Amino acid sequence: MPLLELRNLSVDFATASGPFRAVDGVDVSVDKGEILAIVGESGSGKSVSMLAMMGLLPWTATVTADVMNFDGKDLRQLSPKARRKIIGKDMAMIFQEPMSSLNPCFTAGYQIKEALRLHLGLDAKARQKRAVELFEMVGIPAPEERLKAFPHQLSGGMNQRVMIAMAIACNPKLLIADEPTTALDVTIQAQILDLLTGLQRDTGMALILITHDMGVVAETAERVSVQYAGQKVEEQPVADLFATPHHPYTSALLAALPERATERHLPTIPGVVPGQFDRPEGCLFSPRCKFADDRCRTVPPVPASADLGFARCHYPLSVSAEAEA
Amino acid sequence: MAETTASTPTAAVARPGRLREFWYYFRENRGAVMGFWVFAAFIVVALFAPWIAPHDPSQQFRDHLLQPPFWQEGGSLAFPLGTDALGRDMLSRLLNGARYSFYVGIVVVAFAATGGIIIGLIAGFAPKWLDTIIMRIMDIVLAFPSLLLALVLVAILGPSLTNAMIAIAIVLQPHYVRLTRASVMSERSKDYVTAAKVAGAGTVRLMFVTVLPNCLSPIIVQGALSFSTAILDAAALGFLGMGAQPPTPEWGTMLAEAREFILRAWWVVTFPGLAILITVLAINLMGDGLRDALDPKLKRS
Amino acid sequence: MLRFIFSRLLTFLPTFFGVTLIAFAFIRVLPGDPIIVMAGERGVTPERYQELITQFGFDRPVIVQYWDYLKGVLHGDLGHSFVTKKPVWDEFFTLFPATLELSLCAIVFATLLGLPAGVIAAVNRGKFFDRTLMSSALIGYSMPIFWWALLLIIVFSGWLGWTPVSGRISLMYYFDNPTGFMLWDALWSGQKGALWSAIHHLILPTIVLGTIPLAVIARQTRSAMLEVLSEDYIRTARAKGLAPFRVNGVHALRNALIPVITVIGLSVGTLLAGAILTETIFSWPGIGKWMVDSIFRRDYPVVQGGLVLIAVMVMIVNLTVDMLYGFINPKIRKR
Repeated sequence: MPLLELRNLSVDFATASGPFRAVDGVDVSVDKGEILAIVGESGSGKSVSMLAMMGLLPWTATVTADVMNFDGKDLRQLSPKARRKIIGKDMAMIFQEPMSSLNPCFTAGYQIKEALRLHLGLDAKARQKRAVELFEMVGIPAPEERLKAFPHQLSGGMNQRVMIAMAIACNPKLLIADEPTTALDVTIQAQILDLLTGLQRDTGMALILITHDMGVVAETAERVSVQYAGQKVEEQPVADLFATPHHPYTSALLAALPERATERHLPTIPGVVPGQFDRPEGCLFSPRCKFADDRCRTVPPVPASADLGFARCHYPLSVSAEAEA
Repeated sequence: MAETTASTPTAAVARPGRLREFWYYFRENRGAVMGFWVFAAFIVVALFAPWIAPHDPSQQFRDHLLQPPFWQEGGSLAFPLGTDALGRDMLSRLLNGARYSFYVGIVVVAFAATGGIIIGLIAGFAPKWLDTIIMRIMDIVLAFPSLLLALVLVAILGPSLTNAMIAIAIVLQPHYVRLTRASVMSERSKDYVTAAKVAGAGTVRLMFVTVLPNCLSPIIVQGALSFSTAILDAAALGFLGMGAQPPTPEWGTMLAEAREFILRAWWVVTFPGLAILITVLAINLMGDGLRDALDPKLKRS
Repeated sequence: MLRFIFSRLLTFLPTFFGVTLIAFAFIRVLPGDPIIVMAGERGVTPERYQELITQFGFDRPVIVQYWDYLKGVLHGDLGHSFVTKKPVWDEFFTLFPATLELSLCAIVFATLLGLPAGVIAAVNRGKFFDRTLMSSALIGYSMPIFWWALLLIIVFSGWLGWTPVSGRISLMYYFDNPTGFMLWDALWSGQKGALWSAIHHLILPTIVLGTIPLAVIARQTRSAMLEVLSEDYIRTARAKGLAPFRVNGVHALRNALIPVITVIGLSVGTLLAGAILTETIFSWPGIGKWMVDSIFRRDYPVVQGGLVLIAVMVMIVNLTVDMLYGFINPKIRKR
């Protein structure tokens, strides 16, 4: 049984101009100790599906799912109180903006110890010891000093390390990293990714990495799920995905990687992810797809077989990416 | 992201005029619309009070002293809201009182806003030393509690409604100066101002034609809010005997006259105050709505 | 932090001189001969007029007069009241405790009700409680408090007979008032019922004076909370599995408090000075009533001195609030 299993997860937001479906029938499943990457452009509903699972969406959101199991528990059935026992303990999350994700009014130490007291019930001494230990684990020098620092006194990379320390404080079974490196400098990005994969290896937790960066995916993930406009359009093991993408969107994403560029100009995907008002009738990717025909524009496709990476496409590709480009 | 994704269906329709767009947002706030209608009614009453009122506001009916409102025992429909200690019809006095409050509001806001905007624009465009001097002077005015300063000013100028208005306008002015200066400062660094400057616009043109229209939103909101402050302060001064003088049917002055009867005739005290409260409340509701409708930061949420 | 305090102190000085200049100018530069005004309707003989001119130094250049006045102010000499002949300074400090007592009660009342109300409204945004509370707050904010006071007197003193109409304590009790704080002195007088009587007299003035701050604090708390609740770190706190009470009451409130404390502090300044209407209506012997009475008596040295003292007091309170703001906001404190 997978550690986390979501089936047909949908999230709707009530907005002033009517309901907006941010996540549309997404399936996610993660095994113990696995690294899954969820890839997609901004606005493709990657973060929202994870926030929905954690129960962190605002009240304007309605979450529905056929299956929502974590570690043998049905998350849909849990009371808010019971769910809070899991969140932050067995299932933890780190966010995109380390500078604004830590409370500016409390020291880093206070914020990390808060979780330790809540979930593990440690006394003050044990909390301090564990906090220092955690800071060492995530590579923060002079941990005793840094525990006393306020977030604005630390750099972005340092804050993200604090966030990671906080997330792994209670030895979670699943860590969700929501674009953990997007807001950081390039050199720091690599360090943080190394840290995350290293921690994952050492602790054996499962890791869901949400990113829009295919390069990051290639370096870290084992399995990749590609999302587009709230739908999952393809899912494959990382090597296969890079070798033979089945959905034109995946193929286009890969083609846009600088390392793979064959021409002088980097290929791009024209247009943007459809929003609330311009959702196309058929395949959601059809307006931007170079292969789209009338069928694509009128009939929404269903996921293909596992061999074709569950590609949500009428005409899945099956040639290798290099040949394609 | 919002601009690109949300624009498609709306862009098909022609962009609505600024006024219509404003009204669209304003209408969403029910309280503000209610306030707007009450305020409209207040203006109608203020303009047509002498024709609406059943009696002359200063006519004394000596046979009907302190007569209660019509629904109480001893009341009559001739004086629907009763009479005061001199036998004057409460309703007529209240309706006429709306004129004074309206007058106070308009005059005070006009003077405070005009002066404040001009000084604020100057401060925003002036060299640093002049700016500092202007803002220090405003700090000094703001260091005094507004009602106390108005009271002292009126005491020096002599108690009357006109002097009360002057005093209140002076006291309210620094708020406009600060507000205007702050928006000028943030607008001045924007590209369109630089563009106008490069195109050869003079300082005066920059101030009034280029920058000012873009600073108006907060000033309009402040205008609505200080309209209500002006009414409240004028009534307070009248209540303390430093505003409109009896027998003027100004609401605050009426309250002052009614004070000694508070335990005998509740209506002489209740109605003038209620009139002030309803008017001020309506304007504040409207001001809140204006702010929400004009503030682009809140529009998207 | 030290530099922060120092820079604030630097802006204090010019404002202080400006305030003294305005108070000075009120009497000497504005139209009307001060001596004639002081003499009032009785008039004054030419000899006495000359004598007064010399006594007040009106025959010297205005600059010199201001310089003398400023020196006096800096030495605590604000002149003597025309009416009581006592130094303005002494009168102020005899009456100040009454105002301070009332203002503190009002601000405590407003904070204790307004803060939780604002938090609950923000957490239940858009629901019935929020709408009711915000409507009430707007009514409170629009309230002509002199009328509000009269209404409360009609209901609680007139109809129900629960509270007294004016003063600080029943005339039955007489004791020394060494601190000027009636609650404290009544408690230590040992007279039975004295404290109760003092509290009784405080209730209505406190409510009246606290109404507008209450509305302001509730509105400010709500909007600050709403802003904070959409911050990323609130999501982080929730992602830790913290209970809503802890998320809202600790993580959100601690940040929302920064602007709210500023508002509370600034209201203390306005209350200390702005108790004019409340004190007049309830015959509360504080500085607000003192100022109004002096204005009516044309007791100009008192008006002048009172203006300076009140403005300085407001400035000191605002300065303190500024520093407090620096202290409660870690971003400024540790820089």
